[in-house]
Amino acid sequence: MTTLDAPRTVTPQGYLLRQSRWRPIEVAFWLATLLPFWLFPTYLSLASQIAITGLFALSLDLILGYAGIVSLGHAAFFGIGAYTAGIFSKFVWGEPFSGLVVAAAVAGVVGYASSFIISRFRHLTLIMITLGLGLLLKEAANSAHWLTGGSDGLQGIDIWPVLGVFNFDLYGRTAYGYALGVLFVVFLFARRLINSPFGLALRGIRENFVRMPAIGADSHAHIRKVYTIAAIIAGIAGGLLAQTTQTVALEVLSFERSADVVVMLVLGGAGRLYGGLIGAMVYMIARDQFSGIAPQYWYFWIGALLVIVVMLLPNGILGGLSALLKRWRRR
Amino acid sequence: MLPPVFGVLFDGIAYGMLLFVLSVGMSVTLGLMNFVNLAHCAFAMLGAYVTVVLMKDFDWNFFATLPMAFAAAALVSVAVERTLYRRLYRASDLDQVLLTIGLAFMSIAIAAWFFGTTQQPIAVPSYMRGSISVLGLNLGIYRMFLVAVGIAVTVLLVLALEHTRFGAQVRAAVDNQRMARGLGIDVDRTFAVTFALGSGLAGLGGALAIEIVGLDPQFALVYLVYVLIIVSVGGLGSIAGSFAAACLIGMSDIAGKYYVPQLGSFLIYLVMVAVLMWRPAGLFGKR
Repeated sequence: MTTLDAPRTVTPQGYLLRQSRWRPIEVAFWLATLLPFWLFPTYLSLASQIAITGLFALSLDLILGYAGIVSLGHAAFFGIGAYTAGIFSKFVWGEPFSGLVVAAAVAGVVGYASSFIISRFRHLTLIMITLGLGLLLKEAANSAHWLTGGSDGLQGIDIWPVLGVFNFDLYGRTAYGYALGVLFVVFLFARRLINSPFGLALRGIRENFVRMPAIGADSHAHIRKVYTIAAIIAGIAGGLLAQTTQTVALEVLSFERSADVVVMLVLGGAGRLYGGLIGAMVYMIARDQFSGIAPQYWYFWIGALLVIVVMLLPNGILGGLSALLKRWRRR
Repeated sequence: MLPPVFGVLFDGIAYGMLLFVLSVGMSVTLGLMNFVNLAHCAFAMLGAYVTVVLMKDFDWNFFATLPMAFAAAALVSVAVERTLYRRLYRASDLDQVLLTIGLAFMSIAIAAWFFGTTQQPIAVPSYMRGSISVLGLNLGIYRMFLVAVGIAVTVLLVLALEHTRFGAQVRAAVDNQRMARGLGIDVDRTFAVTFALGSGLAGLGGALAIEIVGLDPQFALVYLVYVLIIVSVGGLGSIAGSFAAACLIGMSDIAGKYYVPQLGSFLIYLVMVAVLMWRPAGLFGKR
């Protein structure tokens, strides 16, 4: 729309092809994720936490940013993945990749089952249903003390070395490499998904839920699919957390975790592939720094940040940056 | 002689009345402006801290502090509405949720800054303590007081909504905002007044809640979940709906914790999900 020369017709295929081309800045971003190995070798366990949380935020981006489903209970799938991976390593074996596959499968099955409920509701009712289902699951996990360890957390997880070579060490070198590798593979998948006709249909649902069926795309079926996919990815993220920290606390299912991930995504920029990753990075680093100073006032800063983002940066950090870039280019 | 189950039900209703006073304001403002105000319980917490400060530092009587709790919450809420909320009436659900939860987070940190993170006990007058025996049931005097307050608030609200000019304007705006504007009703002003009243009631509810559930900075988030459940189960903009939902949730919570304590809060979440699956707009909701 910015060019003034002869009108060009943009076909959907052309648009998607253009979107799916790798930009230099993306390559630079992924190369920069390798820097912590050399620059911050003492912060690698924080870096692995960021990679895991970024993956979790990416899964929420698929349903919140692209399909417009506001969920306040997304931690349910994160928690299912974490507990599944933990219990699997405790009772079956500790091979990490198979553990992740099982965690993803269980989260996916639960996600698929609940997607039939989710696709029926919109607005406040939807928010409350997701919140209620998430809280129900947390109470259930708390009661099932024999399986989950309840409020004591799940103990006795033993994870074998990755690929049989790399041991999980104290500094988090393996943890970060492993989490980053999984994040990258899943990101490639999410990128492909978003730059497909299916991804376009999701954006259509976000913009107008009622009109999409009229042009032949069944909103309910699309929401069921993307909700299941998001649940699978959240389950992988949860499984990663359980495997890299070798413990699972009840906190993985908490409302705070669901709310935090929404905050991160919006902070980074919802509806952008990198929004969740940037948001998770800024949020986790800020929390690490601020809570070192005064942990009980961390809430004040995150609250102030939210107010500022909503009032001044409606599309998050990435939205603000791209608006700046556009203005600079026009000059 | 009544079996003890009635005693549990009575406690549940008293708790429900407390939740009703806390949540009715949010129900009306949500129905009126579709504005999702997750900072509602922060106003309730403000009222509660006003009561604590007046009783501890100024030796006020408990009952004298209640109007102050109402007024403080109402005043602060109007200030916030004028400066921040006003700009987001047409924004998406998500933006409203984020702004207001941000304010709730800030209120938690501010409360922790001034009062610390410990529980704030208060001493209600001695004649409000203890219990009296009715038909073989021990009914707490404070809980009977709560039921009386809850019923009084309901009657006042229903009378004000059904029989005053302002109430008619509010009902018109809830039913069809554009039409109400077309008829010359100043919906923005109506909303500001309603918002102040609702937040004031939340402040009153917060002050009343200290004796039953205690008060610490997490109040703004912990009770938010209860309030949201009641609002969505009752249906937006419906006083009768909030009343019924508050009783239902109060009784399920108390009965659940009394008879099957190992389930914790499982029961109220189950009730909420079940009601919403059955009636997505809530028990008394129209939309």
